[in-house]
Amino acid sequence: MGKTLAEKILSENSGSDAHAGDIIIARVDLAFLQDGTGPLALRQLEESGLGQAANPDRVVLFLDHAAPCPSRELANDHITLRQFARKSGVQICDVGEGVCHQLVLEYYANPGEVILGADSHTVTAGALGAFATGMGSTDVAIAIALGKTWLRVPESFKVEVSGRFAKGVYAKDLALHLIGSLGADGATYKSLEFSGEAIANMSMAGRFTLANMAVEAGAKTGLFPTDGTTQAYLESRGRGALFHALCPDPDAVYEQVITIDASSLEPTVSRPHAVDNIALARELAGTKVDQVFIGTCTNGRLDDLAVAAAILNGKRRYPKTRLLVAPASLDVLKEAISAGYIQTFLEAGAVLLPPSCGPCVGVHQGVLGDGEACLSTANRNFRGRMGNPEAHIYLGSPATAAASAIAGEIVDPRELM
Amino acid sequence: MLRGKAFKFGDNISTDHICPGRYFHLRSNLPELAKHTLEDVEPSFCTMVKPGDFVVAGLNFGLGSSREHAAIVIKMAGVAAVLAKSAARIFYRNAINIGLPVLICDTEKINDSDTLEVDLAGSTVKNLTNGTELTLGRFPDVMLRILEEGGLIPYIKRHGGFEFK
Repeated sequence: MGKTLAEKILSENSGSDAHAGDIIIARVDLAFLQDGTGPLALRQLEESGLGQAANPDRVVLFLDHAAPCPSRELANDHITLRQFARKSGVQICDVGEGVCHQLVLEYYANPGEVILGADSHTVTAGALGAFATGMGSTDVAIAIALGKTWLRVPESFKVEVSGRFAKGVYAKDLALHLIGSLGADGATYKSLEFSGEAIANMSMAGRFTLANMAVEAGAKTGLFPTDGTTQAYLESRGRGALFHALCPDPDAVYEQVITIDASSLEPTVSRPHAVDNIALARELAGTKVDQVFIGTCTNGRLDDLAVAAAILNGKRRYPKTRLLVAPASLDVLKEAISAGYIQTFLEAGAVLLPPSCGPCVGVHQGVLGDGEACLSTANRNFRGRMGNPEAHIYLGSPATAAASAIAGEIVDPRELM
Repeated sequence: MLRGKAFKFGDNISTDHICPGRYFHLRSNLPELAKHTLEDVEPSFCTMVKPGDFVVAGLNFGLGSSREHAAIVIKMAGVAAVLAKSAARIFYRNAINIGLPVLICDTEKINDSDTLEVDLAGSTVKNLTNGTELTLGRFPDVMLRILEEGGLIPYIKRHGGFEFK
């Protein structure tokens, strides 16, 4: 019987013939914490009596959710994390370096690896062919100490995307469409495995966006076969030697096959307060937005900023609509400066935020007022997500965000392209 | 045997609802963080809940972020177990890891304030208010073993690693 990507990666990792439903003990190739989940993980690590990291080179602490710190409590949490890194020899990415998931892609993740992060969007690295999944602080603490975790091998859904994207339609629109049709729990526990012409032709940035949002349908992981695009990305990050080709067997068994024609998609938006509450951007035309946020682990990459800058070039944001831009990492920020995108944003009236998670999780920078609406390129719009339960969050692509910032209301970006 | 009152919630209660991001700075101060448990869904929850009560929900309880604090603050509120039609993957694993049972069952016939009697060993729930009885879904074996030891940390302290086979 053929194997899915999940079964292949987990078989190779555990040295066993792993099939959906099996419980395996997996070697953890990379484990990471961020500043919101890290302090609790360190307390659990101490409580376990194990204390040490099994493989400090492959453990990373990211200071990204509250970066730079908005409060004394969080600054003290950062001290705790830095002290642990010094004492234990694990890696640390400090304030300003970027969002954990983006840095994992840029510096750490490789095809075939098992990656655990104490953050639900750890699934992003599935685009590089890594079995990457989010867990809580205790699970990751134990994985840090033992270098191992237990996993149930998931059943897989094949998501086959044919055709070509129309102009103004992106991987984000596909992700929102997919979650809208599956529902927020439609893929609970499953591995979403992407394939088809539109996936083969998709840039790494698009694949990262799609993998990132797998968890919004409840999935355990969102996996992509590796190909020339994956190899070129790894080479550009100095890890070409770690590329290896991964694809599911032709006779792999899937619990469900979902087919989508990319050419049928239109710019799509999630409405408050659920990611699966989707509509077409044109159906929401005229919905006033007080703030637009471009950034996050979903859509804060160079390709995303390029799309937004092309739309904003020579234009201004609507006077009553604030525009916030947070590149996903320092490397992205530097490249965006070189490419002139940041200048474009500033001339359009944007506020440039440091590479971090802040506004997306409601920690600081861009908290909304009562009754305000924000169009964000993030992955979640739950009530209260951006710091105020009385506010409304819409999710869309960087193109929809940039166009809506100019209009001051939600618009189909194709009107401005 | 557990006996307590039901606090009924709907479908898709996210970890943002349970433990809002605006209290991010309180995550290393769990007693303070716990004062805001579920406040965006039911502002009076923390003042009304008593030790031994149950959180009862619909589909996909605990979706969203991996913050284990969401499971911890529910346990700190004194909740004996969460009963839901289904639970999101990370929340489910987190809850078991900290020793909070998440019981999968058809919660349709449980109303807010009903008194429930949960028999973990017998896998049944009696609704003492309306006389109905429910059967609980089975825990996966691994999770049952972790839960029986009181959570993952006690499990690891006792066994030194994962000894499931």
